[in-house]
Amino acid sequence: MATIIAERDTAKTDGTDSPEAVVVRFAGDSGDGMQLTGGQFTLSTALAGNDLATFPDFPAEIRAPQGTLFGVSAFQINFGSSEITTAGDAPDVLVAMNPAALKTNVQALKPGGLVIADTGEFTKRNLDKAKYETSPIDDGSLAKWDVLAFDISALTLESVKEFGLGNKEALRCKNMWTLGLALWMFDRDRAPLIDWLRTKFAKNPVLADANIAALNAGHAYGETAEISGPLRKLHVDPVAAEAGVYRTITGAEAVSLGLVAGAQLAGLPMFFGGYPITPASAILHHLVKMKEFGVTTFQAEDEIAAICAAIGASYAGSLGVTSSSGPGIALKGEAMGLAVMTELPLVIVNSQRGGPSTGLPTKTEQSDLYQAVYGRNGDASLPVVAARSPSDAFECAIEACRIATQFMTPVMLLTDGYIANAAEPWKVPDPANYAPFPVEFLEEANGPDGKPLPYKRDENGVRPWIKPGTAGLMHRIGGIEKGIDTGNIDYAPDVHQTQTDARKDKVDRVAKAVPAQEVSLGDETGKLAVVGWGSTYGPINQAVRRARRKGMAVSHIHVRHVWPLPANLGELLTGFDKVLVPEMNTGQFKTVLRDQFLVDAVPLNKTSGQPFAIAELEHAIGTFFDGIPGHDEGEVPVNDTQLPSPEA
Amino acid sequence: MNDMTPITTTLKDWETDQEVRWCPGCGDYAILKAVQRTLPQIGADPKNTVFVSGIGCSSRFPYYVESYGFHTIHGRAPAFATGIKLANPDLDVWLVTGDGDGMSIGGNHTMHVLRRNLDCQILLFNNEIYGLTKGQFSPTSRLGTPSPSSPLGSVDRPASPCAFALGSGARFVARGFDVSKKLPDVLVAAHKHKGAAFIEIFQNCIVYNKDRFDDFAKAKGVDSEQLWCEDGEPLLFDGGTKGLALCVETLTLKIVDVIDGDWKAAGVVVHNVKNRGLAHMLVDLRVSPAFADFPMALGVLYDDPRPTFEGAIAEEKARASQGKVADLGKLLAKGQTWTVEEKDASHGLME
Repeated sequence: MATIIAERDTAKTDGTDSPEAVVVRFAGDSGDGMQLTGGQFTLSTALAGNDLATFPDFPAEIRAPQGTLFGVSAFQINFGSSEITTAGDAPDVLVAMNPAALKTNVQALKPGGLVIADTGEFTKRNLDKAKYETSPIDDGSLAKWDVLAFDISALTLESVKEFGLGNKEALRCKNMWTLGLALWMFDRDRAPLIDWLRTKFAKNPVLADANIAALNAGHAYGETAEISGPLRKLHVDPVAAEAGVYRTITGAEAVSLGLVAGAQLAGLPMFFGGYPITPASAILHHLVKMKEFGVTTFQAEDEIAAICAAIGASYAGSLGVTSSSGPGIALKGEAMGLAVMTELPLVIVNSQRGGPSTGLPTKTEQSDLYQAVYGRNGDASLPVVAARSPSDAFECAIEACRIATQFMTPVMLLTDGYIANAAEPWKVPDPANYAPFPVEFLEEANGPDGKPLPYKRDENGVRPWIKPGTAGLMHRIGGIEKGIDTGNIDYAPDVHQTQTDARKDKVDRVAKAVPAQEVSLGDETGKLAVVGWGSTYGPINQAVRRARRKGMAVSHIHVRHVWPLPANLGELLTGFDKVLVPEMNTGQFKTVLRDQFLVDAVPLNKTSGQPFAIAELEHAIGTFFDGIPGHDEGEVPVNDTQLPSPEA
Repeated sequence: MNDMTPITTTLKDWETDQEVRWCPGCGDYAILKAVQRTLPQIGADPKNTVFVSGIGCSSRFPYYVESYGFHTIHGRAPAFATGIKLANPDLDVWLVTGDGDGMSIGGNHTMHVLRRNLDCQILLFNNEIYGLTKGQFSPTSRLGTPSPSSPLGSVDRPASPCAFALGSGARFVARGFDVSKKLPDVLVAAHKHKGAAFIEIFQNCIVYNKDRFDDFAKAKGVDSEQLWCEDGEPLLFDGGTKGLALCVETLTLKIVDVIDGDWKAAGVVVHNVKNRGLAHMLVDLRVSPAFADFPMALGVLYDDPRPTFEGAIAEEKARASQGKVADLGKLLAKGQTWTVEEKDASHGLME
C-alpha cells in the first residue's frame, strides 16, 4: 500500500518471536465461514497497526458439496511491521479445517511452516472425499512441516455446551474458536471482535454468546494448553505509517466511495445501473446504502438495460454509472458506442475476472484490456483508467468521473477480482484535498438565431451538456452520424470524416489532461523497466525492490491511464534498454505499448487465475541480468506454491 | 403524464425543421400528425417533453418532433427512458418503438418497463414487418408471411403485443391505427394515465407489407370490423347492430345481434377499463385464430393505474436518506478506524 513512509524490505519469517511479516492462510469448506474468519482476522490485524494485504480465494459454487476438494474456500493474509504489497507468496501458517482443505493447500506452505488441523474432521468419510488413503496426520507425509492437530470440533462443542445449541449450529462456532486461537498466536485484542459479534447477532443473543464463548475458548486454549513445540506466540510490530485516521478497505468499497466522491466533486446526482454479476455486484450493494448522497441505484433486467438506463440518466443530467465484469461488459458494448457517438459522460466499471465466456467467475485476470481499449464497433475510442490496489481504486474512480464529465465521454475503470475482494489498510482521505470539477450545463442558446448547437465543440473539442427541461434548447441526439454543431442526422462523407476525427482528437487530448507518467520505483533510466498496470502493482513493486537491492538497474513503472497513455510515457521508456510487461493475460498491454511507441516490450504472462508471486517476477527480472543471451523473456508456469485452484 | 402546468401550443410548434424521411404514403406520417395534434391538446410543454426511440422506421420519430429527443439503439428505448425518468421525474417521456424493436430485440425491456410501471407513453407501431432492413418477417408477422427471409412463407407463429403487455403487468393497454381520427383520443387517454401506457398502433408499411390491415384499419369503409371500446359503454359495433356478450358455457365472448338498439336485451357487455379479465378477452379478438371472425377491439382496452416505478424509487430514496446528512468525510471514515499519531507508531482504537 502507498501510505507507508519507510522503504524497507520484507524479510522472510525466520521463526523468531517477532517476525517482520507473517503469511497465514485459513482454509476450510465453503460452509465453514473461512471468508468471514479471514475478514475478522484482517480487521484485528489492521487494528493492531500492521500493514497487510489479503487474498480471498473461493469457489464459484455457493455451497459446494461438503468435504470435497473443489468446495475448499481459502483466505490468505500477509501482515507485517513494514510495507506489505502482496498477499504473500507462501504461507507460514496454514489452518486446515478438513482433509480437503489440507490437501489442496499444504503444498503451498513454506518448509518448516505450521499446519493447524482439526482432527475432528479427519474421518474416514472425509479422508475418502479428499482422496487420502491414509490420514496424513498420522502417516508421516507432513514431515517437512510442523503439525498441530487436535479436535477443534470437540473443543468447540464443549465450549458452547451451556447454550443448548443443536449439533449443527454448535459446530458453526468452529471458525470463531479457530479465530480465537489465531488471535492468541498473534497477540491480538479480542474486544473489537466481541463487539462485532454482539452487533451481528443482536437479534439472537444466544448465538452471540455461543460464538463469543467459542472465541474465548480458542484463545484460552492457546494460553493454557501445555503444548510444547510448534504453537507459540508471535508478535508482529506495528508498521511505521503516516499519521492519520485509517480503516481497512476492499476495492469494491473504494470504487463505490470514489464514485460518490466523484459525483459530489462534479456537483451531480449519480445514477447507478447494475445487473448482478460476480465479482462486480458488491459495488451495487455498497451504493444502495449511500442514497443520501444523491445516489439512485437501479437493478436492471440485464447488463444492456443497466448501461442504457445509465446513459439515459446522463442525458437527463445525472452522472450515469454502470458496473460489471467481462461477460457483462461485452453485452454493454453497443451502448458504449452510443455514449461515444452522442458524447455523453458515463463511467463503466469493469471488475475483470478470468475469461473468455463465463471463464473463472471468482478468480482474477487482466484479460479485458483489449475489450476496454479496442472492444467496440466503429472507431469508438474511450479513456480507460486502471486501479492498482483497493485503495487506489478510490482515486481512480474520482479520476474516471472527472474525465467523463470534463470531456463528455464514457470512461472505463478497470479493476479485477483480486482488487475487488482484497482488503488493505487505507488512510482515510480528507475530501477537502480534492479539487472540485463542477459541471456547467448549457442554459442559453449557443448558436445564431437563438438556436441550440448541441455539438458545437469548445477549444478541447468538447460539446456542451444540455439537460432536457431547459427552455429553448430542445434538440435531438442519436446514434446515427450527426451534422457539425447541430447534431441533426447527416452522414455525408466529409461530415463522417470530420466527426470521426473530432471524436478521436477529443479522447487523445485526455492524455494531456492527466498527470505525467512517473516511475514508481527506481531511476528514470536504466537497463530494465518493468511496466505494469492494474493489480500487479504489489508483486512487481516488491520484486523490483528486491532486484534493486541486488544491484540490478531495474525500475518499476505502473500505468494508471492505460488509454490514452500519458503523453510522456513513450519518451520515458526510451531511457531503458529493455521493457518487461508482466500481465495476467496473454500480453495485451504489451501490444498497446508496442503499437503506441514501437517499443520492444517483452511480455511476461500468467493466466492461472492467481496473482503473480513476487518470486516469479524476481526470477523474470533476474534473467535480464544473468548474461545469458536470449534468456530475457518468458511465461510464468502455473505455480503450486500459490493458492491452488480448488479443482486441482 | 406529468403534473406540469399546461402550456398553449399549436401543431406547428411541434414540427422540426428536419425533412421527414419516411416513404411517401407510409402510415408513420399519419401517426406523427396525430401525435403533433395531441401534444397541444394535453397542454404539453416542449421543454419537458422527451421522445425516446430505438431503431427502425418508427424510431426516426424523435427527429420530427420539436421537443427533446433521443434516438438510441435497437430495442433498448425502454431502458433509456427508465434512466431519463428516474433522473428527472418531471419529464414527460414518450417512447416510440416498432414490432421488431419492441417485441423482438427489445422484448425483454418492453416487459420490464411495463411490469415496473414507469410513467411513460409507449407507442408501438405494428406493421408486421421489418421495414428498414427491407422487408423480412417480424415477430408479429402472420404465419405464412412471404418475405426475403421467408420466401416460402414464415413458419414461426406471431406474438400479440397487447396480450404480451397485459401478461407483463401493464396497467394501460390501448389500440389504434395510423389513419384513425380517434387516434389522438387514445393518445390523450394514454397520457392521462399515470404509469406505463402501452398503445399498439397498426401502421401500414406501404412498401413491404402494403394494406396488411385494410380489412379493419382503413379511414373509411371498414367500420363494421372495428369495435371501439369506451369505458361505461356497451361493446357495440357495425353501427350498433351487433354487440359482444358473454357465452357462459365457454367463458368467452360471442357476437350477438342487437335489435332496435336494445343492447341490454341482447346481453351486450358494458366495457369497464378496470376489468382485467375482459381486457384479456378483448385483446384476443380477431388476432387469435379462434376469434378470427370478430371485429378488432380498438380504443382503451384496459386502464387501471397503480403506483409508478419512479414514485417508488423516489420514496425509497427519501426513506433511506431520512435523518442522514450527506457528509462525505464521515462516509469515508465509516466503520472501524484507528489513528496513527504524528511521529509515533502507537495505535489506538478510535471507535
